[in-house]
Amino acid sequence: MRDAAARPDDNRPYPLRAYGPARLKEALRRMYLIRKFEESAEACYARGLIHGTMHLSIGQEASAVGACMSLSEEDKITSTHRGHGHCIAKGADVGRMFAEFFGKETGYCRGRGGSMHIADPAKGNLGANGIVGGGLPIAVGAALSAKRLGTGTVTLCFFGDGANNEGAFHESLNMAAIWALPVVFVCENNRYGMSTSVERSTAVASVAERAVAYAMPGVSVDGNDFSAVTEAVDAAVARARAGEGPSLVELRTYRWRGHSKSDRNLYRTREEIREWMARDPIARFAAFLIEHGVIDEPGRAAIEREADEAIAEAIEFARSSPEPDVADVVRDVYTTRDPAADSTPGGAGTR
Amino acid sequence: MSGAVRELSYAAAIREAMDMALASDPRVILMGEDIGVYGGAFQVTGDLVHRYGEERVIDTPISELGGAGVAVGAAMTGLRPVFEFQFSDFAALAMEQIVNQAAKMRFMLGGAVSVPVVMRMPAGSGTGAAAQHSQSMEAWFGHVPGLKVVQPATPEDAKGLLLAALDDPDPVLIFEHKLLYKMKGPVPEGRYLTPIGKAALRRSGRDLSIVASSIMVHKALAAAETLAEDGIEAEVLDLRSVRPLDREAVLASAGRTGRLLCVHEGVKTLGVGAEISAMVAESEVFHRLRAPILRLGGAECPIPYNPRLEKAVVPQIPDIVAAARDLSRRPN
Ligand SMILES: Cc1ncc(C[n+]2csc(CCOP(=O)(O)OP(=O)(O)O)c2C)c(N)n1
Repeated sequence: MRDAAARPDDNRPYPLRAYGPARLKEALRRMYLIRKFEESAEACYARGLIHGTMHLSIGQEASAVGACMSLSEEDKITSTHRGHGHCIAKGADVGRMFAEFFGKETGYCRGRGGSMHIADPAKGNLGANGIVGGGLPIAVGAALSAKRLGTGTVTLCFFGDGANNEGAFHESLNMAAIWALPVVFVCENNRYGMSTSVERSTAVASVAERAVAYAMPGVSVDGNDFSAVTEAVDAAVARARAGEGPSLVELRTYRWRGHSKSDRNLYRTREEIREWMARDPIARFAAFLIEHGVIDEPGRAAIEREADEAIAEAIEFARSSPEPDVADVVRDVYTTRDPAADSTPGGAGTR
Repeated sequence: MSGAVRELSYAAAIREAMDMALASDPRVILMGEDIGVYGGAFQVTGDLVHRYGEERVIDTPISELGGAGVAVGAAMTGLRPVFEFQFSDFAALAMEQIVNQAAKMRFMLGGAVSVPVVMRMPAGSGTGAAAQHSQSMEAWFGHVPGLKVVQPATPEDAKGLLLAALDDPDPVLIFEHKLLYKMKGPVPEGRYLTPIGKAALRRSGRDLSIVASSIMVHKALAAAETLAEDGIEAEVLDLRSVRPLDREAVLASAGRTGRLLCVHEGVKTLGVGAEISAMVAESEVFHRLRAPILRLGGAECPIPYNPRLEKAVVPQIPDIVAAARDLSRRPN
């Protein structure tokens, strides 16, 4: 949520108008938390502590955190296979996230889901997704619920540039538009779907142009600039909340690491990666906050240290957590109904 | 004509088949996500794009329904596409084109067209990729008349079945177990076709028949070694083809031993083993059975992430040994 309505004569950069210092510092902390989470996850993987694969979002922190700034805990997000950042931005506990990575019973999915399926419904995170584009219609469904049930909540749907070529993308945007649903489609355009560049996969130059086909506003901004991200997404969220329907926001960003652990980066140049690393969203946001006197350098360092400590604690929690019980494995394929409880629609008869 | 035999990995054997097809038949194209410079998610297409160019080794956008449909349309009109799903799970997004179009087209049109499309399906669990990247969906597709469904268990068959699929006028889906890609085995040089619809006897034995598919063939062979130490001689039949099923081979084996154990990774209920069991139960071989038929298959749940849980939900060697012992102990 925004902290206060901005005065019309206030022409400071958008985040300073929309958010107080505490929120801005928390945003920086979350960005560091994402960076450190990803770096530690990578290290744990290299040491054989985590199996499977993982998709790291290093370099995309401003887009995850910036996009979630004006959401409340009741607002929903749907996320992607590259979802650790979204999860942290929406307020997840990094201990339970690491526990999920380690396949532990204390993890967000009780060790059943792993990196690609972390969800935190209590905090409005409907989940990462192993299927590219899988979250798009689900976000529209959540927005339909919000509208029918009158909850006033907004759903923010993260997806990658690759997903914009799935049928689900087009079907979802159309339905969201014809029913004027409170959903914001946030495309994190990091230039590649695995090895395939946007130029090779997508007929339009900017994913935001697709909005025209579905009669909704579409904007494209620098996704590594926290100010630009918040200004664009907040406007779309406000529009959704006011009942004016969906928007498409394209955040232009870059993933520093390979697509997953098996990527040899044969489809892009070192220079390109270096160029984008020079546009580090965290360094930029930290410099922005220092420039505007929100924090000073020791303050920045303290926030970074705090993130380091939180991650160390999280890994310790994960490592010392119990493994799931093998005998319990088919639990939760179906809902267990409690016959004693209320079974009216939407009632508490299920768990 | 096939020539000398050398050791190749399962992935390299598939690549060799595609390489030969691209070299010898200008109608052949490869399509899929990241099969070009990336070399495929499992490095199966490898360097083929550098040899045959982007016009024939085509990176599609992430559009499974559209991509598979394009392959179907191209197959109906003169090309021979080999479409790679990055994971077989994503074929769920292309169900429409596979099931409603490719499978039925020839029949619906009264035989006026054929759909010679080949679809490659990296399948199975064991990689820690969890529920949406680990399924064994061969029975889903095996249920559809009009499709052919094969599951090579060895590098030799991986090559031979792909060449046979390309030679086939109808749609063929090839389920390749991801854990087999790195497995090495003898592969003949040159062109040879492994017949679609024919099982292969991998081991003979008098006491029971284990009918297994894909990676379970290797687990069944390992189990048979252990069983042999106890004096139980198991026959291992590699099914190779889910549709058409090799009825003759299954009935012959079950008839010889009188005891049948089916083993597959796909979910047990309504799985391939159910069909095999029914086939035997409906035949005259039924009277020669000395014990009830047993089935081992995937547990009734999606594939979990945690490695111990992941192992627990698909049949492992000790499970096969235990089931075979149980079967052998049943009175005649
Ligand atoms: C339906 C489907 N197709 C393919 C994949 C394999 N895959 C996973 S992520 C990915 C690339 C996605 O690109 P994009 O949407 O741009 O997100 P990014 O990875 O760049 O964050 C691919 C091809 C998948 N998981 N699901």
